[in-house]
Amino acid sequence: MNDELKYIGKPQPKFDAKERTTGRSVYGHDIELSGMLHGAILRTKYPCAEIISIDVSEAEQLAGVECVITAADIDANKISFKEDHPVLKSGLVSCIRDEIAAVAAETKEIAEQALKLIKVKYNERQGIYDPFESLEEEAVQINQWQPEDSPKNVSMTFEYEHGDLEEQKSKSKVIVKRRYHLQKMTHCCMGSSNITADYNPAEKKLTLYCGTQVPFLYQRDMAHCLKMDPSRIRVIQPVIGGGFGSKLDVNPFEPICAFLSMKTGRPVQILYSRYEEFLASPTRQSMAIDLTSGADENGRFTFREVEIIKDNGAYTSWGATTPFVMMQTFSSLYKMPACKLTSTAVYTNNPNAGSFRGYGNPQATFSVERNIDLLAEELGMDKSQIRKLNSNTPGEITGQGMHFRTCGLLEAMEIVAEKSNYESKKDMEQSGRYRRGIGLGSMLHVGGGAKIYRSDGCGTTLKLDPYGCLTIITGSSEIGQGSETVLAMIAMEEMGLSEDKIKIINSDTDVKPWDVGVHASRTSFIAGNSLLGAIGKMKEMISPRAAKLMGVEIQDLVYEKGLIRCAQSDVQIALDKVVRDLHFMPPHELAEVSYFYEPPSKYQDKGFKGDVSGNYAFAAQAIEVEVDTYTGNVKVLDVWVAQDVGKVLNPMGLQGQIEGGVVMGIGYGLTEETQMKDGYVLNPNFHNYKLLTASDVPEIHFYPVETNDPAGPYGAKGVAEAPLIPTAAAIANAVSNILGVEMNELPVTPERVLKAMKNKSELTERLV
Amino acid sequence: MKINFTINGKGRAKEIKASTLLIDLIRDGLKLKGTKPGCFEGECGACTVLVDGHAINSCLYLAVNVAGKSITTIEGLGGEDQFLDIVQEKLIEHGGVQCGFCTSGMAMSIKSYSDKCKEEGKVPNRNEVAKSLEGNLCRCTGYVKIVDAAISVCGN
Repeated sequence: MNDELKYIGKPQPKFDAKERTTGRSVYGHDIELSGMLHGAILRTKYPCAEIISIDVSEAEQLAGVECVITAADIDANKISFKEDHPVLKSGLVSCIRDEIAAVAAETKEIAEQALKLIKVKYNERQGIYDPFESLEEEAVQINQWQPEDSPKNVSMTFEYEHGDLEEQKSKSKVIVKRRYHLQKMTHCCMGSSNITADYNPAEKKLTLYCGTQVPFLYQRDMAHCLKMDPSRIRVIQPVIGGGFGSKLDVNPFEPICAFLSMKTGRPVQILYSRYEEFLASPTRQSMAIDLTSGADENGRFTFREVEIIKDNGAYTSWGATTPFVMMQTFSSLYKMPACKLTSTAVYTNNPNAGSFRGYGNPQATFSVERNIDLLAEELGMDKSQIRKLNSNTPGEITGQGMHFRTCGLLEAMEIVAEKSNYESKKDMEQSGRYRRGIGLGSMLHVGGGAKIYRSDGCGTTLKLDPYGCLTIITGSSEIGQGSETVLAMIAMEEMGLSEDKIKIINSDTDVKPWDVGVHASRTSFIAGNSLLGAIGKMKEMISPRAAKLMGVEIQDLVYEKGLIRCAQSDVQIALDKVVRDLHFMPPHELAEVSYFYEPPSKYQDKGFKGDVSGNYAFAAQAIEVEVDTYTGNVKVLDVWVAQDVGKVLNPMGLQGQIEGGVVMGIGYGLTEETQMKDGYVLNPNFHNYKLLTASDVPEIHFYPVETNDPAGPYGAKGVAEAPLIPTAAAIANAVSNILGVEMNELPVTPERVLKAMKNKSELTERLV
Repeated sequence: MKINFTINGKGRAKEIKASTLLIDLIRDGLKLKGTKPGCFEGECGACTVLVDGHAINSCLYLAVNVAGKSITTIEGLGGEDQFLDIVQEKLIEHGGVQCGFCTSGMAMSIKSYSDKCKEEGKVPNRNEVAKSLEGNLCRCTGYVKIVDAAISVCGN
C-alpha cells in the first residue's frame, strides 16, 4: 500500500484553510438565530460560603429580561464524572466559579445589567485551598456529593503496581526521592467557551450548537442532566476556536443555557468573556508528585514508586482520571522492572481542574525525567547514555502489559543528541552573566487511541454522488488540528480523486455516525482507519460494476484522476459514470457504505494492566537555553524534537502540531500559571497570564522517526499531544544543569531561578 | 449619533451610541463576523482591523472614531476582484492556520506591517516580523508558520 503514494507524505495545506483565512468560518460566537436571547451567569462572590438568600425579583422586572433561573427553578441531575456537580448551586457555594443564577435577555447588555440586580446574601466560610489540608482529620467535607466509598475529601484514587519493588530496591545502587510541584494551567483557547441552545417546545427537541470535543458522550451527558431522552438532543459543532482537552466535559453553563431555552421557548446564547474563561474553564491539574526511583550500578533503572496528590477542585471532571495516562509513563517509559503508584484526587475550594493536552503526562514526565538526571548525576553517568541504556525497544511488552510492536525511542534520542550537538554542550564552562546549556527529556504516549471508554471506535459513512464527488461523513471532529485534511488526503489517495471532489461532514450528531470523541491524539489513527475500512467497502461496490462495464478483471483496476482504468490496457471509465450506472440500472443501488472501526486495543483489567492503545508514540527532545544570572530569566534558544510518528501523513500539519505543542510546552515550563490565592484567580486575563508571543519562539528543529506501525493508517501513530509532554522537563533539566541547582517546580520563573541560585550560594558558603 | 465611514471600500452611514466599540459596530451592526472577539481587553489581537491602513484592536477603539475614515476587515482583505489577498495565500501556503480564530487578526496585522515595510522600502528580518506580531496571540500554531507566511509577504 505504501508504494508510490501520491498524496500521503506530501505537504497539504489545510482543507478548510481558505474558509478560515477569509473570515467565513462560523464559530459559535458568530451564530445568530431568529428570536435569539442572550444568556449570562451570576457567579458567587466568595469561594466558600453559605447562601442565605437569593432575590431575583428586581432582575425579573428589568425590561428586556425574559427569564431568570436559580437552582429552585430547574429539575436537573448533577453533572461531572462523579456526579458531584450541581449546575446551579443552592445552599453552599464551593469555589469561585460557582453558578448561582442565570438570566436570558434580549441583549447582552440587558443580561449583564440584570445580573447586577440579583441580590444574594452570603455567610462566608473558611475554605480549604491546599489539597494536603483537605486531607487533614479536622478538615470539613468540601463536596457533599463526594463518592460515598471514598475517604473524606477524596474524589478518586488510583493504585497500580507491577514487579517486585523490594527486590528492585535492593538491587539499586542509587535511589533518588524528590517532590515535584506542578501548576495549574489554562487552555486559553482563542475562541472562548460558548453555546447556543435552541429548544423547540412543540417538538420537545433541543438543538445545541456547541464546541464539544466529544459530541456523542456530550449528547448522553446533557440528556442525563436535563432528564431528557438523548435522541431528542441534536448536537451541532460549529467551528471550534481551539480545544486542547478543554471540551471533554459538560460544564454547568451548557445545561444552564439549555434550561434558559427550555424556559423561554427561544434560542439562547451564552458566550464566555475572557475573564469567565480563566475563572470557569477547568485547568490542567496542579499536583504534588513524590517520586522515588532507582538504578543499579550499571545505570539500569530498577523501580519507580510514586505518590501523587492532585488538586481536584470543588467538583470532579474527566481530568480526575489523568493518572490512567500518568501511570503509563511511570510504569513503562524506559524499561522498568517494578513500579508502584498511588494517586489521590483531593477536593479543595479551588475551581475544578479538567483535562488538558497530554492528560497528566506532562506532569508525570516532568518528574520522571528530572529524577533520571539526578540518578545520572549520582552515578556519574552521562545523561544521554543513561536514557539510551534504558530505552524501550520494539517488541517489548511492558510491566503494565502495553505491547510496543514498534518503538522509535532509541532512534529519537540518538537523533536529538546528534543534531543538537549534545556532547559539546552538555558540560559547557559556566561563567559570566549569561550561561548556556542543554537538557533532555523523552516521552511515551498512546498513539492509537486509548480504550478508556467501552468503545474507542469511529464510524464513517461514504457517499459517492453521480458527479463523482465523495462525501465523507465521519464521526470524528475537527478542532483545528487538521484531521479533516488527513481524511481528505486518504480519500484522494485511495479513490484517485482531487481535493475539489471531496466533501466532509463531521459536525452533526443527527447525521454523523458514532465516535468517542477527539482526545488521546486518536483522530488520524482511528478515523483514518475507519475511513480506510469504508473505502474498502465502497470499492467492493464500485469495482465489480466498473470491471463489468469495462470488460476487464477487478484486480486490474486502478483508481486515478477521477477515473477507473485498467492497469493492463488503455480501457478506462469515469468514476461518476459507474455511480450513475449503479443508480440507474438494475438492481438500482446507492453508492453508499458505512463502516465502524474498533481498534485492536484492550480495555484494561482492574489492575490497569493491558494493551490499551492501538500503538504507542515516543519522542525525545533536547533543549538549549540561556540563563541570565542577574535577572533569573530563562530564554529557550533551540529545541530539537525527534518523534516516532509511525508514518508522516501530512508533513505540513504534522510540523504545525509539533511547533504548536512545543511552544505550549515552553509556556508550561516558563511562563504559564493560573495563580490562585485563597480560592481567587489572581491572573484572569492575558495581561497577567503570560502566553508566549511570536517573539518568544525559538528555533524548533523537527525530525520525524518513521517506524511504520502495522496498526496505523499507512503506518501512522497519533502525534498531537506528544510535542508538549517532555518540553518543560527538558527545560528544567537544562536550567538545573547550567546552574547546578534543582528546578523541581513549574513554571521555571525568574524568581524561582534566582531563589535556587541564592539557596545554592548560601549552602556553599555554609559548607566553606 | 450618525457617522459616515468606508468599510471594505464601500461608503456606509450608521447610527451608533457614543460608547459603541468598533468591534460591536463591525460584528453586530454590520454583521461582519470575520473579526473575532478574543478577549475584549486589547491583549489577544483577534479583533484586529485596519483603520486607514493602520492595524488597531477594534475592541479598544470607539466606533465614533472611524467617522470619515476607511475600515478594512478580513472580509475586505482580498479587495473587490481578488478572492485571496497575498497575506491569505501565504498563510494557507505556509500552514499558518489551525483553529483559525486568531487568523483574521493575524492577517490584518501582517497586512498593515507589510504595507508599511513596502512604503518604507524595507525588507524586515525574522525578528522584526515576529516583533510586529507580538500583539496577536495564537494558541495552536506556535507562531512559526505564521511568521514564515508574514516574512514571505514582506519579501514580495
